[in-house]
Amino acid sequence: MNIHEYQAKQLLKQFGAPVAAGEPILSKDDVEAAIAALPGPVYVVKSQIHAGGRGKGKFKELPADAAGGVRLAFSADEARSHIEEMFGNTLVTKQTGPAGKQVNRLYLEDGADIESELYLSILVNRETGKVSFVASTEGGMDIEAVAEDTPDKIHTIDVDVETGVDADTAAKLVAAFELTDTAADEGPALFSLLYKAFVEKDMSLLEVNPLIVMKNGSLRVLDAKMSFDGNALFRHDDVMALRDTTEEDAKEIEASKHDLAYVALDGNIGCMVNGAGLAMATMDIIKLYGEEPANFLDVGGGATTEKVTAAFKIITADPNVKGILVNIFGGIMRCDVIAEGVVQAVKDVGLQVPLVVRLEGTKVAEGKAIIDNSDVDVVAADDLDDAAQKIVSAIKGGA
Amino acid sequence: MSILVDKNTKVLVQGMTGKTGTFHTEQALAYHGTQMVGGIHPKKGGSKWTSAGGQELPIFASVAEGKEVTGANSSVIYVPPAGAAAAIIEAIDAEIPLITCITEGVPVSDMVRVKARLAKSNSRLIGPNCPGVLTPEQCKIGIMPGSIFSKGSVGVVSRSGTLTYEAVFQTTNAGLGQTTAVGIGGDPVKGTEFIDMLEMFLADDETKSIIMIGEIGGSAEEEAAQFIADEAKKGRSKPIAGFIAGRTAPPGRTMGHAGAVISGGKGGADDKIAAMEAAGIAVSPSPAKLGETLLKVLNG
Repeated sequence: MNIHEYQAKQLLKQFGAPVAAGEPILSKDDVEAAIAALPGPVYVVKSQIHAGGRGKGKFKELPADAAGGVRLAFSADEARSHIEEMFGNTLVTKQTGPAGKQVNRLYLEDGADIESELYLSILVNRETGKVSFVASTEGGMDIEAVAEDTPDKIHTIDVDVETGVDADTAAKLVAAFELTDTAADEGPALFSLLYKAFVEKDMSLLEVNPLIVMKNGSLRVLDAKMSFDGNALFRHDDVMALRDTTEEDAKEIEASKHDLAYVALDGNIGCMVNGAGLAMATMDIIKLYGEEPANFLDVGGGATTEKVTAAFKIITADPNVKGILVNIFGGIMRCDVIAEGVVQAVKDVGLQVPLVVRLEGTKVAEGKAIIDNSDVDVVAADDLDDAAQKIVSAIKGGA
Repeated sequence: MSILVDKNTKVLVQGMTGKTGTFHTEQALAYHGTQMVGGIHPKKGGSKWTSAGGQELPIFASVAEGKEVTGANSSVIYVPPAGAAAAIIEAIDAEIPLITCITEGVPVSDMVRVKARLAKSNSRLIGPNCPGVLTPEQCKIGIMPGSIFSKGSVGVVSRSGTLTYEAVFQTTNAGLGQTTAVGIGGDPVKGTEFIDMLEMFLADDETKSIIMIGEIGGSAEEEAAQFIADEAKKGRSKPIAGFIAGRTAPPGRTMGHAGAVISGGKGGADDKIAAMEAAGIAVSPSPAKLGETLLKVLNG
């Protein structure tokens, strides 16, 4: 789960991190109070969307030469006119895709005097199974490009989970960032509290890009991107409260209510599969036979008839779906439960497109019998290959 | 021979009294008499668990007690995500040699703590978020459907549960059968990686060929490919077929498994396939052709 920059900064502030004074603007009624709350005269107006590249992004509704999604203002009036221009418009960045994202929230921040920009992130290093800092002196830029062009400027420093950020780790980070004087003195405490926030809140990514050294020599968190481990949200109600569902796909929100792993895609074959690996492989085989999957959907191991019905409804609600492939290899999941769910869903919502069902594994005979004995118009498939070919040819036949 | 588990494996079940634990313990008992020797429940120690078929197993208050009484050398964990890490650590503390955690949804930070404890122990952890380990006609730990297996010569290792079943089913249909199938799990931080299992399969005389199934996210497949290439230079090699799931997955999206995500331009399917092919692994373009691809390699 991702949250907005202003929420991430508020959270880091609770842990004692140095962040600029700032005020979120959630509606136009908030503008005057936000401006009054900050000292000025320099302000930064920042679009709050769950996507990067905001500074270089462009608003769809504005002329091509208009400023981007993060703007500097040198007076309250200039800040007002930026807010007026940005609020409610659609920002397109390299991460939003061509459709862009509507900017429904802005963050007004006190300006900072920047001496230098650094890159800091904390993540779980899959290779070592440890929490790692990624540190670079090349802040404020696209870190993937830095990694590509100058990999020696990126330092990965593992943290021992039993000691946390000890003096040795802090010294390595100070050296990696080439910090001196005040910044070198402040560094260890900042690294330690960022690590504490990461672990205590079960984050999967904390990215500070840039972390800045200001003209007065102090460190400041200038931007913050935060993602949380979805598997740990059950113990963080405070984090759950920060979820902004307007940033998510409506079908994905519905799927998450039913505890279904669902990702919306652009193709036209809807898929319902058990197991994440098989669900991905089903997408791959559809593509192999020349069509595109409309979604990833893993009904999971413990699916009930109700859950299968919900999954079927989500798939059929997508207007791009021209055919449906149900692919089940039952282990925990029983084929008879899937079959009952499919039959029930077709009864509830009807079936306007071809449906191919492939069942294998636990209770396969019972599952096939349920489908055969129903009046649902199903094309049965023997194996995965057969299933993929049948749904692709059914779609092509109907086109 | 086989790897990890055989007819001498004695299994304790952590989380046996729940619905999932009960169902799969019954299935394991029914699978060629897998030696399920008892369950663990902190508050129900001293009581009995009874299967639907009337078979009774003792419940112990702790893993240490269960191991002491039964001589168990393995445990399987079905406890819910919030308690899974504590269950693994209890099994590590009881010096259980092989621990298999089926539970899906264990927080990553819990696994970081578990991993640090594992490093200081002699225990091996399989999983979490995995289907378990099965040696045909000898021992079934976890949730794999026993009916699709047949005794044979292929070692199967996979990050995905249901794709493990595909590989097993297809090698059974191809007449090859399996020595052991291991699902290592779909989480980013886990107990056992491909390399550990490939090493065991290379060392096992009965395993004549291997199927390795990876997916997007991380770099474990690339590391495994490097390992295979290095071992081949030393003259150790077996025919290997492979598959990588997620060629069509969009970057930045987590595809069901917590570990299946292409991030920062890393972990894509194409890099993994290229690394595996460079190491001499025959990568099947289709998940439906794993058995066929392996047969082709075997028959030259």
